[in-house]
Amino acid sequence: MLLTKLLHLETNEETENSLKENENAVICCGRMGPMCIPVYQILETLESDYSHVAFFDMDFDIEAAWAIRDLPVCATFMGLPFTVNYKHGKVVAAITSIQNKKQITEILANKFSQKESNR
Amino acid sequence: MSDNNYEVIIIGGGPAGYSAGIYATRAMLKTLLIESCTVLSQLMLTDLIENYPGFPGNIKGYELIENLKKQARYFGLEIKEGFVEYIECINATDRKWRVVTQNKASYTAYSIIAASGAKAKMLGVKGEKELRGKGVSYCAVCDGAFFRNKTVAVVGGGDTSIQEALFLTRYASKVNVVHRRNRLRAEQFLQEQAFKNDKIEFIWDSIVQEIEGTDTVENIKLKNLKKDSVTDFNCDGVFIFVGFTPNTEYVRRIVKTDDTGWIITDGKMNTNVSGIFAAGDLRSNTYRQIATAVGDGVTAALSCEKYISRMRGNEYV
Repeated sequence: MLLTKLLHLETNEETENSLKENENAVICCGRMGPMCIPVYQILETLESDYSHVAFFDMDFDIEAAWAIRDLPVCATFMGLPFTVNYKHGKVVAAITSIQNKKQITEILANKFSQKESNR
Repeated sequence: MSDNNYEVIIIGGGPAGYSAGIYATRAMLKTLLIESCTVLSQLMLTDLIENYPGFPGNIKGYELIENLKKQARYFGLEIKEGFVEYIECINATDRKWRVVTQNKASYTAYSIIAASGAKAKMLGVKGEKELRGKGVSYCAVCDGAFFRNKTVAVVGGGDTSIQEALFLTRYASKVNVVHRRNRLRAEQFLQEQAFKNDKIEFIWDSIVQEIEGTDTVENIKLKNLKKDSVTDFNCDGVFIFVGFTPNTEYVRRIVKTDDTGWIITDGKMNTNVSGIFAAGDLRSNTYRQIATAVGDGVTAALSCEKYISRMRGNEYV
């Protein structure tokens, strides 16, 4: 269990349903480690500004995490966390290792249009 | 006092900042701490801490930070998220300062404690940015398991570097420590552990010039500084721990720093500007340890309390 304020995905069913129910979704798959915690915190702060995006986390070591770990786009990833952006259930961007707020928001702006507050 | 007006503003959410927060709030000063999730405490980026007094065994970095935060909140510390862009003097007579964050939030205070620490340096060589998370890493504990039975290089000769090299021996078949000098700076205890570990080898007097690889790291170019020669070294991963740079951009035009931006203070954490104090890793000529940062934070808060009392003419002498 990850100690974050994000919604946790713990089963394949939860993951599938979340991707079906949300046009724009971000899943951050990691552990409670020093490279992952900063990314969870950034996503937590973005939730209110990006109400058109659903943010989730997922423990890297659970069975359901293979849905992320096995993605072809993650095949060369060797750094936690794996952060995957989905639109209509399809992967539109994936990044590995620690990221800062600017890098994350650039992807959100490019893949999920502008921030709600800027519309 | 309106919502955005404080007596003290602490910039930085690390051990120095929270320790200052505990002492400032217990001194009944209206105190705000501004922390940024883009400038995280080094403590947050530390997995296990074994040398912080009072915690036999160890404690995780984020647990210690959570404890500090909880303790400071209990005494009334206000905490806001924000990246401080600059501070400015708004009234020299009343000696009041304004702190402005990147998202244009503005707060005022009579005194500032700068405790924003330092961030890990990148090597700044070709290939580093492109291959981050694909063999280039800054955390062995996080990414070590991806390098099972692989060869890795660890760059740096300080405490962090050797700690991480030792951790990597759990997974990697070979750990090569690349250091620009011919001896380590790490504490003796760690050095002894590293020298007696069969999996660790040392590449002395050398620096990494370039990291190469198509999808993942395949090779690094090493320059031997004594021989002035460059050689290829095949490896699957590069872990970089080459020191720190201070998070002091917002305050550099106001207080005196050394040539590389570390803030110069006296023993009571006074900077050269009245009312601005500095504590923790961002200070020039200091030991950068959690315990010293805590001590700095406490000292800064006590000095700050004295400064505000003096300003109000009710100093206890």
